Amino acid sequence: MSLLFRGRQQASSHKVSVMQRFFMFFADHFRQGINSLGELYRMPFASLMTIGVLGFSITLPSTLYIMVENTEQVTEQWQQASEISLFLRSDVNDTQAQQLIGRLSSWNEINSVKFVSSQQGLEEFQRLSGLGEALDYLDENPFPPVVLVIPTSKHASPKAAADLLDKLRKEREVDIGKLDIEWLERLYGLLSIAKELVYLLSTLLFFAVVLIIGNTIRLNILSKRDEILVMKLVGATDAFIQRPFLYTGFWFGLLGGLMAWVTVTCILIWIGWSLDAFMQQYQIQLDITGLNIQALVFMLLLSVFLGLLGSFLSVQKHVDEIEPK
Amino acid sequence: MIKFEEVSKTYPGGQQALSKVDFHVEQGEMAFLTGHSGAGKSTLLKLISLMERPNVGRVLINGHDLGKVKRKQVAYIRRDIGMIFQSHQLLMGKSVFDNVALPLIIEGHTRKTIFKRVDAALEMVGLRDKTKSLPITLSGGEQQRVGIARAVVNRPPLLLADEPTGNLDPKLSMEIIRLFEDFNSAGVSVFIATHDLGLIARMKYRTLTLKGGRMITDGLSQQGGWS
Repeated sequence: MSLLFRGRQQASSHKVSVMQRFFMFFADHFRQGINSLGELYRMPFASLMTIGVLGFSITLPSTLYIMVENTEQVTEQWQQASEISLFLRSDVNDTQAQQLIGRLSSWNEINSVKFVSSQQGLEEFQRLSGLGEALDYLDENPFPPVVLVIPTSKHASPKAAADLLDKLRKEREVDIGKLDIEWLERLYGLLSIAKELVYLLSTLLFFAVVLIIGNTIRLNILSKRDEILVMKLVGATDAFIQRPFLYTGFWFGLLGGLMAWVTVTCILIWIGWSLDAFMQQYQIQLDITGLNIQALVFMLLLSVFLGLLGSFLSVQKHVDEIEPK
Repeated sequence: MIKFEEVSKTYPGGQQALSKVDFHVEQGEMAFLTGHSGAGKSTLLKLISLMERPNVGRVLINGHDLGKVKRKQVAYIRRDIGMIFQSHQLLMGKSVFDNVALPLIIEGHTRKTIFKRVDAALEMVGLRDKTKSLPITLSGGEQQRVGIARAVVNRPPLLLADEPTGNLDPKLSMEIIRLFEDFNSAGVSVFIATHDLGLIARMKYRTLTLKGGRMITDGLSQQGGWS
């Protein structure tokens, strides 16, 4: 409605159906969005630089994050890390030991159980220690029968394995239970620190991205100063003038996100090659998990959000400042 | 239509641009505002188009006090006023069509309306064959007419012109004035600031004269004028 002239027809008071207005709204936004993309295309070099900054800023934390995730997965696969050794009391004979093994095998937490009799223990020690026949002079076998318990992967985490150990210790035949868990705890500790660092680094980089996009949009606004003045003179609202710049921010975000996706994928393939060579020496099979669809969508959304935020902050401040005098 | 009540404007720094200006341009009237450079013509127009605000007094359009218009509403006020500038204020990178269509796009008209109205506006100023040209390829007179087409395309009830004939020869100037007369006879109020006294002298229109920020004459003739 006209503020000064009652009854003066303006677009909003025209006879336009709701459907038509709904359609026009989208058509307008679509057109402006495409126009903003065209603007980027007309300045390919400058646009690529901004998209590159955004892309790389997202690539770095994404790659680090994937690394940490993969390391976590790898360590989860190492079940022997949580292998529990149960030293049985020396008065336990083989039959009793077999009964214990029978009972343990039915536990949900346990994947497999292996029995090492005191004789087998002695033989193995003899073989590995190099003491050889010197051990034959012992009066009696000092090795207790041992049961090696490998928990299921679900119960292989340090906490769950420790709980399982407590439970096993309560078994009548068990003298001492041992779980070499310390180094695993340290590894997990390191991983969580690494994760924290990834988050910190991401936050800083994202902050930088917002500032960079904001500055780029500021320069765009200043270079269109004359155009903005004319638009304000013929009655354009701030929102109308801001919209194309917001779309520019959106495109920066989307294209930057896509670029980050491509870069991360390339980096993962490259790392995969060198890892393969390394793993083959140790005969370990390892597949790196890359970006799944969820992660990709999250990355693109994040990137678009950063682009929009940067341009939003910029237009709020700078479009306001340009006023016809 | 335009009413000034004891309006004074002092710029920061102490320069007094207008002092106690009082006048009333009626609805459907066509009036000229004249005076030397620096007499306050531009300031007076800026007060109407809300580029400046008065220090004292009230400016009213159609009975509405512009002092009560909030910053957010300024854009909507400007849609009711067709403004024409000496420097044309065209978008040089956009075609004549895009320039004239701008106010309609801003108001959010349908494509159909936009085509129809731009066509009609360009027809009125005689530039229908230049639709696709860039303003830079047009002559000064043509550029000015593009500016006029843009000012009238959304059919505002009030036209303001700041030195619309500034750089034009007398013949072209007269053509531009004839255009304004056409709009005026269609019921639009027209207020033109100019220092082209020769132009005014040939016509019988109300003329307001500013000198040193004061309104010194208000009437049909130039008696007691400043020339």
